[in-house]
Amino acid sequence: MQNTPGDATAQIRALAAARWRIAITLTIAMVCIYFGFIALIAFNREFLAQRVTRGLSLGILLGALVIVASWLLTWVYVRWANRHYDVALDAIERRPGDRQ
Amino acid sequence: MIAAFLLQAATSPPQTRIGQPNAMAMVFFFVFIAITLGITYWAARRTRTTEHFYAAGRSISPGQNGFALAGDYMSAASFLGIAGLVSTTGFDGLIYSTGWLVGWPVVLFLIAEPLRNLGKYTFADVVALRLRQAPVRIAAAIGTLATVVFYLIAQMVGAGGLITLMFGLSYETAIVIVGAAMIAYVLFGGMIATTWVQIVKAVLLLGGAFLLAMLVLARFNFNPAALFAAAAERYGDAVLAPGQLVSNPWDAFSLGLALMFGTAGLPHILMRFYTVPDARSARTSVFYATGLIGFFYLLTFILGFGAMVLVGPDAIRAVDRGGNMAAPLLAELLGGTPFLGFIAAVAFATILAVVAGLTLAGASALSHDLWVNVVRHGRASGNEELKVARVATVILGVAAVMFGITFKGQNVAFMVSLAFAIAASANFPALVMAIFWRRFSTAGAVSSMVVGTVGTLLLIWLSPTVQVDILHHTSAWFPLKNPALVTIPLAFLVGIVVSLMTTARESDEHYAQHERRMHMGTAGD
Repeated sequence: MQNTPGDATAQIRALAAARWRIAITLTIAMVCIYFGFIALIAFNREFLAQRVTRGLSLGILLGALVIVASWLLTWVYVRWANRHYDVALDAIERRPGDRQ
Repeated sequence: MIAAFLLQAATSPPQTRIGQPNAMAMVFFFVFIAITLGITYWAARRTRTTEHFYAAGRSISPGQNGFALAGDYMSAASFLGIAGLVSTTGFDGLIYSTGWLVGWPVVLFLIAEPLRNLGKYTFADVVALRLRQAPVRIAAAIGTLATVVFYLIAQMVGAGGLITLMFGLSYETAIVIVGAAMIAYVLFGGMIATTWVQIVKAVLLLGGAFLLAMLVLARFNFNPAALFAAAAERYGDAVLAPGQLVSNPWDAFSLGLALMFGTAGLPHILMRFYTVPDARSARTSVFYATGLIGFFYLLTFILGFGAMVLVGPDAIRAVDRGGNMAAPLLAELLGGTPFLGFIAAVAFATILAVVAGLTLAGASALSHDLWVNVVRHGRASGNEELKVARVATVILGVAAVMFGITFKGQNVAFMVSLAFAIAASANFPALVMAIFWRRFSTAGAVSSMVVGTVGTLLLIWLSPTVQVDILHHTSAWFPLKNPALVTIPLAFLVGIVVSLMTTARESDEHYAQHERRMHMGTAGD
């Protein structure tokens, strides 16, 4: 494969687009989760007042799950970035033709 | 913020030693001061260049930075305020426990790595990168200083009230002690000392909160549901469900937006990403920070309901109307005076660490953005910049003490949410557009940041927060308590429209370079 500087720029652009897609998808997921929770608080109190078990209301459970969801989403991103993004970036960096 | 830090000296009921000089609290407090000053002495000998002063020589590991980010972020308001709010209102307080965390994933996905690769010391480095330096730096410094000053005022006034309440010192003495210690850390030890103060504080706060939560759960067979059930039995089922705090849905959305996107625009948080060696470490450090901060907010569920059941809302309000003493009272009940002393010292350390981080961020805006890049057109020597940064630290530290004394007894609780609203409306949109949008122009950046800052200040002034709660008018012109719902979209809109109207060739030319650096850092240059 030819390794011209133009090639590297195209590869970086493709990688940038991939990172942007992941970042925006996960951000939208976080926004939906949190504002979904806020919407339930604002519009459907009775729903959140229901009990899952004695003492544990759905509201408290979902509140804790918003925190757990934040953890999961950051984990998903870090895993993707470590496994795919870093590897692709290393590959572009190592191409000899691409250093001026 | 949340539950106001109440400043009126409350009369303590006889069963608590809060408000009286507490020997254990004093011992813990002096040990903390001694350790942190020792760290500062050690750090001062390593602080020789601007890179050390602003960015700890980029030598902080991801794990250390994760703790330091958590230390910078978890303020006394989170610890005492949320515990107090949950203990007096139940579920409603938990809305904040989640709200304070959800901004962190956004920081990770959108900001941390590009910021580390594109900038040097401040977030303005990134916004100004492809654009004309002077106007962008001035606008960014205004956003930074507005955020820092309002946050500082809230923390200082809270600190004064809190220390008066816990140690029995006078308000002014408390403020001067906080100011002196904070200036010493930043002035001599720069970012190295500030980072380690944050780490020590984060470990103390997480350890203290965890221990307290375990002592609570030990009374309920380590079953949180049994604790919640006991709360519902005593104070009614309503404490487990949303109550009156969120009466207007738009208010809830607006506050949520400010908390979520404000986190990604806080200058003292953004600055921390420059202390690690590379973008990958920045990414990992947010992952750790999210874990630690989320864990802490889960603990506030237990602390709040624990204080409600074991201490009781009336006893808590008797000590402090805002409920801020819920966690200390709980500590006294479960661990006696020594544990109260420990928790009091932890709360104090918490405040000190946050104000140190804020002061360093403000000083870097004054020295790096305004002095070096505007006044001296980027031609100042490293030595000069370091000197100016230290002068700026003293100016900000003294200003913080004066703010603290000036605003004594004022209701400044709203100022933290104001700081978040400015960060979300002035700093965050400009940063996102500068990173991701090729056509972003100088005029677009400046107008977006100015509209974000001024719009937020104006709408807060016209909101019920100031007009009704503080000025006691019957109504307010602007209906929302927090303006973020209007000002965040407005800042984006202004930035986009003005950029499209102005020629963007200046920034377009640099974008290919920028693109490469955004992913590879300066290593590939």
